Amino acid sequence: MSQSRIRLERVTKRWGATAAVDEISFEVTPGQFVILLGPSGCGKSTTLRMIAGLEEASSGQIHIGERDVTRLPPGDRGLSMVFQSYALFPHLSVADNIVFGLRSRKVPKAEQRERLAKVAELVDLTDYLNRKPAQLSGGQRQRVALARSIISEHPICLMDEPLSNLDARLRSDMRREIKALQSRLNMTVIYVTHDQVEAMSMGDRVILMQHGRIVQDGSPDELYNQPASAFAASFIGSPAMNLLPLVKGDQGAVIDGEPTTTVAPLEAVGGQLGIRPEDIELRPASKPGVLATVLSEEYLGADTIVHVAVGAHSLRVRINGKPALTDGTCRLYWAPENAHLFANNGLRLDSVLPSALPGSPRVVSRPPAVGSFQH
Amino acid sequence: MALTAHHKMQMYGALLLLPAAVLLATFAYLPTITTVIQSLFLPGFRGAPPEFVGLENYRFLFDDAKFWKVARNNLIYALGTIPASIALALGMALFVNGKLPGRGLVRMAYFTPTILPMIAAANIWMFFYAPQIGLFNKLLGALGFSGVNWLGDPSVALGSVMVMSVWKEAGFFMIFYLAALQGIPPELKEASDLEGTSRWSFFWRVTFPLLMPTTLFVLINALINAVRVVDHLFILTKGGPNNATNLLLYYVYENAFSFFDRTTAATITVVILLVLAVVATLKFTVLDRRTHYQ
Repeated sequence: MSQSRIRLERVTKRWGATAAVDEISFEVTPGQFVILLGPSGCGKSTTLRMIAGLEEASSGQIHIGERDVTRLPPGDRGLSMVFQSYALFPHLSVADNIVFGLRSRKVPKAEQRERLAKVAELVDLTDYLNRKPAQLSGGQRQRVALARSIISEHPICLMDEPLSNLDARLRSDMRREIKALQSRLNMTVIYVTHDQVEAMSMGDRVILMQHGRIVQDGSPDELYNQPASAFAASFIGSPAMNLLPLVKGDQGAVIDGEPTTTVAPLEAVGGQLGIRPEDIELRPASKPGVLATVLSEEYLGADTIVHVAVGAHSLRVRINGKPALTDGTCRLYWAPENAHLFANNGLRLDSVLPSALPGSPRVVSRPPAVGSFQH
Repeated sequence: MALTAHHKMQMYGALLLLPAAVLLATFAYLPTITTVIQSLFLPGFRGAPPEFVGLENYRFLFDDAKFWKVARNNLIYALGTIPASIALALGMALFVNGKLPGRGLVRMAYFTPTILPMIAAANIWMFFYAPQIGLFNKLLGALGFSGVNWLGDPSVALGSVMVMSVWKEAGFFMIFYLAALQGIPPELKEASDLEGTSRWSFFWRVTFPLLMPTTLFVLINALINAVRVVDHLFILTKGGPNNATNLLLYYVYENAFSFFDRTTAATITVVILLVLAVVATLKFTVLDRRTHYQ
């Protein structure tokens, strides 16, 4: 199993003067489902292509198992890949597409047929083996691409935004299917996506990237509950976390434009306060809390996104069901352990704890931070 | 009778087609029909009306040894130039499709023979082939070989004409292959690289089948050109020596304008048209079924 351990050491890719990937290091243990997440242009696809051998690293080393594969051609690295465009051969039938690699590796015909039957069964393509890719739906093409990488029986599978060409419903089905296949076949998967829902729902571990560097490397839970920076906070979660600039108030830091309620100690001034929309409670104006004005609301069925203004800033609040609030003023309340503080360089402030808002039922101390996630 | 909107649309469409239809009818279909009619008659002497002879002209033509020699020349010419120019075109296209310094320049260089008029190209090759001062014989002389009379020796002349044709045609076909190659998504190459597929195997299993529509198109064009383009014969050999390089269309020209035998010229033309039609039909029915169109 150890031949599927992947290790990147200070891997860099430069195009001219700009570094698309800047000294990235991480290690993937066998059987892990690792997500490379980030906005477009953050270097996640380039990183994946360097692991695959489709791009050559400008510097640094890539190890797979015990071997240094940094300069090896893609075919010798012992991995398979699923492309965003599926990369199916349009003139070959589904069956020929799936066994394409086995033919290249001169696997005996009888064994090819046997493995084809097994894999076709696994991805539910048995009835379509004689069709051409053009005669298949998007989801079926996606399955052919998956089958082609599964049949190679390589322990490592790289996936480059494999679901982005599918519609929303199909995408959620395929998410579950890919995850189920991965745990059933015990594959090591590195999966590139810009979709935080895919990252959160599929990954054992998420590596969040920005500008060619790793911002945070941790479990989905860690990324959600302890974002390492304001960028990580705004990238994970939908709707995104509210980020409010903090200014100096009478007793401590206050939200810019709302000087009456202290939300954090003085040390946090100049930084940002982050609160997830789902962690905010909307209260009538008569109760204590942060004074706010309701701007508008979006009713989504199970919940409602209420847009409110605090001082000069607008933030979103997520409420279950349909709120009975009328327009006008209201108050916001959140538990201090659900508030996040970020320094003015964007990094998480762990040394300073957010203040409890007036009207808290009781003051709960923050649980200690779990695991190491900071780089 | 009131015109309905539908009829008006029909009229409108017909009027738009009219200019092209008139031009084609006047300069393509009518001449073809008169040629076919002409091949069935013998001209009358001294004002006598032409005499209908049925297929007599064809029987006469098929008894003519010179016609068969020219037809055989044309067959050899086609079999020699078509595969060679297509293979060369494909090779050049694969080469300039890759990453190489000065790619634009190389592409242009390969395409240059196509821009040259056939007459100009033939004049250039005339200089290559000239017996005493020619480039090829000078090169051979420098290596210590005796020269070859490239265009004067009946056993070499047809080959020399063919080499020039390949040189002229390949660049043109390369453009089509290059366009088709750029339409092949690069992920296909990457996907096959990941499976350790060799370049050679990738070419035969993916690139070549995906280029089939282009190959078919180029093949038809090459075939038509093998019969249609004879400009270089006017400069290089005039069909000689002893008809060693005479091709069908040049023979038509000779009959019509040197021997003033319009009937024979018309008869050969009809034969050429028939043969081309049969070959094109065969190609489209047999090869089309095995070709993948995207």
